[in-house]
Amino acid sequence: MHKTPLLDKLESGPWPSFIKDLKRVAKRKKSVADLLGVLERSYKDKITHWKHGGIVGVLGYGSGIIGRYTDLPEEFPGVEHFHTVRVNQPSGWFYTTKALRELCDIWDEHGSSLLNVHGSTGDMIFLGTTTDQLEPCFAKLTAKGWDLGGSGSAMRSPSCCVGMARCEWSCYDTMDLCYEATQHFQFEMHRPSFPYKFKIKCSGCPNDCVAAVARADMSVIGVWKDDIRIDKAAVKAYAGGELKPRGGGSPYAKLDIKADVTDLCPTACMNYDGKTLKIDNKNCNHCMHCISLMPMALRPGTATGATLLLGSHAPILEGAQMSWVIVPFMEMEHPYDEFKELVGNITEWWSEHGKNRERVGELMLRLGMREFLKGVGLEPVPQTVKTPRANPFFFWHQEDFDAEAKGRKYIK
Amino acid sequence: MAVVEHGGKSFEVDEDGFLADLDGWGPEWVDYVKELEGISELKEDHWKVINMLQEYFKKNGIAPMVRILSKVTGFKLKYIYELFPSGPGKGACKMAGLPKPTGCV
Ligand code: HEM
Ligand code: HEM
Ligand code: SF4
Ligand code: SF4
Repeated sequence: MHKTPLLDKLESGPWPSFIKDLKRVAKRKKSVADLLGVLERSYKDKITHWKHGGIVGVLGYGSGIIGRYTDLPEEFPGVEHFHTVRVNQPSGWFYTTKALRELCDIWDEHGSSLLNVHGSTGDMIFLGTTTDQLEPCFAKLTAKGWDLGGSGSAMRSPSCCVGMARCEWSCYDTMDLCYEATQHFQFEMHRPSFPYKFKIKCSGCPNDCVAAVARADMSVIGVWKDDIRIDKAAVKAYAGGELKPRGGGSPYAKLDIKADVTDLCPTACMNYDGKTLKIDNKNCNHCMHCISLMPMALRPGTATGATLLLGSHAPILEGAQMSWVIVPFMEMEHPYDEFKELVGNITEWWSEHGKNRERVGELMLRLGMREFLKGVGLEPVPQTVKTPRANPFFFWHQEDFDAEAKGRKYIK
Repeated sequence: MAVVEHGGKSFEVDEDGFLADLDGWGPEWVDYVKELEGISELKEDHWKVINMLQEYFKKNGIAPMVRILSKVTGFKLKYIYELFPSGPGKGACKMAGLPKPTGCV
């Protein structure tokens, strides 16, 4: 074992210590002992000791494995190779212990035993192995029904919130859509063919528990079209203090329905006179605030589906973006043909026009919403913008003049 | 950098087995890589891909996007994987002697 005075300090304190865990594994894995050594060195030097890049993989796939080599191989031979394998997770991260044991046995045999449960995109991450172990590890995984996740300029592993499995707010079956999308886009996941990465994330309602709006090129967020369902007796119980706000998850013992709920409604479409709670549903923007505070009294409607938003990505290159609305409402019924077709159209339009390493959101900014909508076969609708443009530099197409000459219809 | 000997020639390579420099490339290199990449016999279509990659790289200083490779050769991505099982990056570019793909792979 290497001496690790800096890392040792991270064994104290109440939070589970990753150093303690690593040391436990290091007793039986040389690679993990050397990993601690490299990490200690990085703490000292304040710089990474992994070399640039790395291209490894398994035959048939162009993605799923991230190659890594230390720049101190003589001192830490155990991590000369330290490749990462992404294993596609089950929807909603539900496992049986049998499944987890299976995975651990495979990784114990072919890798460092270290896991990341889970990577930010969702995959189960096997952390650290050598090139010669990749194919045997992959063979064992597939024999048990597991497959690799995505990496590189490809469809990445889709992920979803727990949805209908254990949440009363889910407006569609997020786990089913996630699974269906994963199966449908297998070729695109395993064989990179896009200008850059593309991610799909599925949340059952606007609470957005997988943060789809911020970290998926295609964000699918459940929503309803009809009225919020109100249970009057439960509203009374909240007002009387018999029911605790937010399922007991808030600091308030008793809900002040006017101050805490209706006055905070962002569209001011609610009213409470001390007795009756009223909602002007056509002005509700489905923010979830009232429902989240009074889960026993209020529920989303029953005409459910999802809003599709596109374009979010981290700052590089053109600045961070959140996804914005492209389809205000789409029904989400198995087998999701309309959704799959639209995603196919979007990736095709982007692959045709995108520059090398240009995310789809950046391409939309470069070519404009009009080109995008035309390219993927969508109608322009007011819900796609927060406000209309503030400048007059509108580009008129010949078809606009033709339409104007014939007497344009502004409203369909 | 390690050195690989094959067919009476020596090649300088990095840890992923990519050539250090396209100038060091020769047909012996292709013969060496094909076994590592699971290719039993080189067909005309393999050479079409290799030649296109080299021409594009010499002209533009970068490897082409997958879409461009498909368009110019007329080969669908599925067929490119049949030719090069580890794909256009790890398989074909390595064989053609191009520098290794970088970025978020
Ligand atoms: C889209 C094009 C243009 C933009 C965005 C623009 C923007 C501006 C802005 C922000 C100011 C300062 C206003 C203030 O705070 O006092 C300004 C002033 C001025 N602009 Fe422009 N401008 C444009 C085109 C033009 C053109 C074409 C001309 C001349 C032919 C022009 C001539 C002037 C003049 C003379 C002032 C000074 C006015 C003053 O201080 O009283 N601008 N412009
Ligand atoms: C802020 C003030 C101004 C705005 C927003 C503005 C805007 C524009 C725009 C959008 C065009 C059409 C450009 C195109 O062909 O795509 C244009 C053209 C033109 N503007 Fe202005 N303009 C401003 C001030 C002025 C002023 C003060 C003058 C004269 C002193 C002027 C003279 C012209 C001329 C001659 C053209 C035609 C140029 C051509 O045909 O190539 N503009 N302007
Ligand atoms: S996003 Fe909505 S449906 Fe999904 S788990 Fe969170 S609250 Fe429930
Ligand atoms: S969901 Fe939001 S917008 Fe709709 S009524 Fe409740 S608080 Fe208001």
